[in-house]
Amino acid sequence: MTDLTELGVKALRDGIATGDFTAREAAEAFNAAVEQASALNAFIVTTPDHALAAADAIDAKRAKGEDLGKMGGVPIGMKDLFCTDGVQTTAASHILEGFVPRYESTVSQKLWEAGAGMLGKLNLDQFAMGSSNETSYFGNVSSPWRKEGSNAAMSPGGSSGGSSAAVAARIAPAATGTDTGGSIRQPAAFTGITGIKPTYGRCSRWGVVAFASSLDQAGPMARSVEDCAIMLEAMAGFDPKDATSLQMDVPNWEDALDADLKGKRIGIPREYRMDGTDAEILDSWEQGKEWLRDAGAEIVDISLPHTKYALPAYYIIAPAEASSNLARYDGVRYGLRDLPDGAGLQDMYAATRADGFGDEVKRRILIGTYVLSAGFYDAYYTQAQKVRALVAKDFENAWAECDAILAPTTPTASFLLGSLNDDPLTMYLNDVFAVPASLAGLPAMSVPAGLNSDGLPLGLQIVGKPFDEQGVLNAGLAIEQRAGFVAKPEAWWC
Amino acid sequence: MSEYRIQGATGEWEVVIGLEVHAQVTSAAKLFSGASTAFGAEPNSQVSLVDAAMPGMLPVPNRECIRQAVRTGMAIEAQINRYSRFDRKNYFYADLPQGYQISQLYHPIVGEGQLLIEADEKAGIAQDKIIGIERIHVEQDAGKLMHDQHPTMSYVDLNRSGVALMEIVSRPDMRSPAEAGAYVRKLRAILRYVGSCDGNMEEGSMRADVNVSVRKPGEEFGTRTETKNVNSVRFVMQVIEYEANRQVDVLENGGTVDQETRLFDPGTGTTRTMRSKEDAHDYRYFPDPDLLPLELEESFLDECRASLPELPDAKRRRYESELGLTPYNARELTAEVETYARFETLLGAVAAKIGKPEAEVATQTANWALSVAPGVMKSLGDEADPANATAEAQASILAMQDKGEISGGQAKEIYEIVLKTGRDPEEIADAEGLKQVSDTGAIEEAVDAIIAANQDKVEQYRGGKDKLFGFFVGQTMKAMQGKANPAVVNQILKDRLG
Repeated sequence: MTDLTELGVKALRDGIATGDFTAREAAEAFNAAVEQASALNAFIVTTPDHALAAADAIDAKRAKGEDLGKMGGVPIGMKDLFCTDGVQTTAASHILEGFVPRYESTVSQKLWEAGAGMLGKLNLDQFAMGSSNETSYFGNVSSPWRKEGSNAAMSPGGSSGGSSAAVAARIAPAATGTDTGGSIRQPAAFTGITGIKPTYGRCSRWGVVAFASSLDQAGPMARSVEDCAIMLEAMAGFDPKDATSLQMDVPNWEDALDADLKGKRIGIPREYRMDGTDAEILDSWEQGKEWLRDAGAEIVDISLPHTKYALPAYYIIAPAEASSNLARYDGVRYGLRDLPDGAGLQDMYAATRADGFGDEVKRRILIGTYVLSAGFYDAYYTQAQKVRALVAKDFENAWAECDAILAPTTPTASFLLGSLNDDPLTMYLNDVFAVPASLAGLPAMSVPAGLNSDGLPLGLQIVGKPFDEQGVLNAGLAIEQRAGFVAKPEAWWC
Repeated sequence: MSEYRIQGATGEWEVVIGLEVHAQVTSAAKLFSGASTAFGAEPNSQVSLVDAAMPGMLPVPNRECIRQAVRTGMAIEAQINRYSRFDRKNYFYADLPQGYQISQLYHPIVGEGQLLIEADEKAGIAQDKIIGIERIHVEQDAGKLMHDQHPTMSYVDLNRSGVALMEIVSRPDMRSPAEAGAYVRKLRAILRYVGSCDGNMEEGSMRADVNVSVRKPGEEFGTRTETKNVNSVRFVMQVIEYEANRQVDVLENGGTVDQETRLFDPGTGTTRTMRSKEDAHDYRYFPDPDLLPLELEESFLDECRASLPELPDAKRRRYESELGLTPYNARELTAEVETYARFETLLGAVAAKIGKPEAEVATQTANWALSVAPGVMKSLGDEADPANATAEAQASILAMQDKGEISGGQAKEIYEIVLKTGRDPEEIADAEGLKQVSDTGAIEEAVDAIIAANQDKVEQYRGGKDKLFGFFVGQTMKAMQGKANPAVVNQILKDRLG
């Protein structure tokens, strides 16, 4: 029998359905792989029993000849931003350490209903704030990838760094991620996997610890475009409990996958040629154009003139929303409470938050509080919202000339853990290509394009029209088929 | 015209008043969660995951609360904003689980409206006056802290957390405590007519923030203070009285009024500083990213409009024009939902019983409802069982009176027995002999006997001593033991005496 951990979502699901192996065998194989990979620190808690119970339920259904579901028998990793009933949910923070929800997020619930099981809760940047997975209270996640000839630990990207590391290391066939300003796409690019952020509103935010409500969007991270399509179908759908949820049916993305791009126009935004972008990234972008042309698409130059204002606007809007969203972590009702002797309410707030929030979270709360303050609101927040509208308008104009946009996912490949810790602005620049699609709420995905000269993965990003996940997946598939990305990291963690 | 003025050492001062009334929306569920809103439940028994601001929880607007705010706006003839939006008002407090209150700062659901307060000589309001209403917005209520449960800690009850409030903001158009009192009473009546708030000030369903400033007549507005959470009409008036006099004292002693938030102490009738402008929160308002803007459709507005009842002003005008009631009676009967509801039920019953149009029996019904019936009820005190005061029984009494079967005095006597025992009025009239005699035969017999016994007086009367007519009436009534119908007695006496 093949090593089951080499299989992705579709292969596992179909193998279980046809009886090549049982769901329990799959769950056991991944549980074992997870246990061996603690050096990656990809999981905050593991839940092998959850995976086994879900697997046994699938095997029992198969014995009775019942439908096994879209994800039947596939064990996955769950980013620890999704509330899971009876399983600690921390957002990788100290302030929520020990918090066990008595409710299940809509997205995770839908995955369980589609037949998936949970291997554990995946590490992330604290409250999803970070691009390197170095802000977690529970320690850095190491990328399974290393530079050729080096043993130094690399960043798996962030904030969905536990997810990217686990999928790249084959200790999970797929994982959930969330993307506020690149948190699915950038880690996918850093680790040679595929990840899609759907149109804002496709996946319910109910039960997902909020970072920036107007931007947060869940999506799948897996090792192929097809696996992403399958899992996204299981995750998406209207939810009356989320007022920003899209009231639209979920298309059958998996069945409609088609890498033939004849008649499609792919836009190349000239403003994405920025100073400081790695030459190898630009080369891979050129390669991507060739692949898409080969798939039948017409390549057209487009302009997204407000691109350079997107990142500053994002770093006003996201912290502003975060400063308010995180106000509920106050030590009153759940999570950490620091109550020094003789403390009053204000002292309790101060002690709890000082202790419970990490530096990056505090930095963003402070930025957000500042930009919303009287006297600064118009100069920052109102201005940023105008920029956001202009960025969205850029895309709307572009759709007159193209059907999807090709760009690099990140300006560089992965970097050494610790190398950017003292330089938050450079760290923030990691998301420069990812943020515009977030501000506009557009579907966007990263697919592996190859390795750079250091042997590290590079990703290409496809951005699509609103609700056109299919167009994004199809273009991604065309690249995937031509890139032939089969590289995988050495399993140094075993 | 008597204008309200504070007499200071330096002359007269005018008082300028604006009110922000917080009214709890009548709705089974909270503004953004499905939790119940019933008053008086066990602490923390009506709290959803959203109300407790658990991680990942999201608000979803409750359509009924929006509907009630729109209907209220329509009732004050206000601009209804098709587009409105929710904003977050950020501040930390233990009774505010989210760390922000969802409110509407920038785009409220209801814009400019107005409310009429009526002239009331007794209260010192010389003439009708329109009070402007700047806006109504909807927002969440906070929870409640309990400081008496533990020696060193405070407890939090989140039952109220997330309950929908309407904040109704007036223009600074009021100039006396009486006008402010009339405004609150009128607003309360409208809310209760519409059914969007039960107006129960004791349970906190309605409370007011009172803005007061003083100025020399004709001068610019002075600096105002805001006294928070005042929960009765009387207290609102007391706050204004106290604040206005305090501010005049401060100004006349060379001081300045600080723009500040104050608290009212009902025990002493005074206000004191709660926080000064320097300590004011920076609420960092911004649009709530969890909620889409509210866009109201025409069909929704049509439904809201169609569901509105006849409102106090319209009802009062109709009572005067169609029912022919006096302005006083019309105003009294329309002041409260219960009053007009009882009156209209009674009026329908009386008209049916007598078989005349409502307009023809409205005046007697109104007099009965406003003065006779309450008088009887009051005189009986605890002996009366209000449950016996049915429209049917009262209509029977009024019908007997209308037909001349009973006198006004008998009507009261019968009603007393009804209230005490619940017996049928007609049965009481028969059994207790509480009927006046309109039977001409019996009266003629009595009249003839009196004429026969008083021939001398008959002569004097016929000789021009008209005043003696009263003597004959009195004698007849006495002979009839007070039960004769006076009109019939008069007629027969006139016929016989010639």
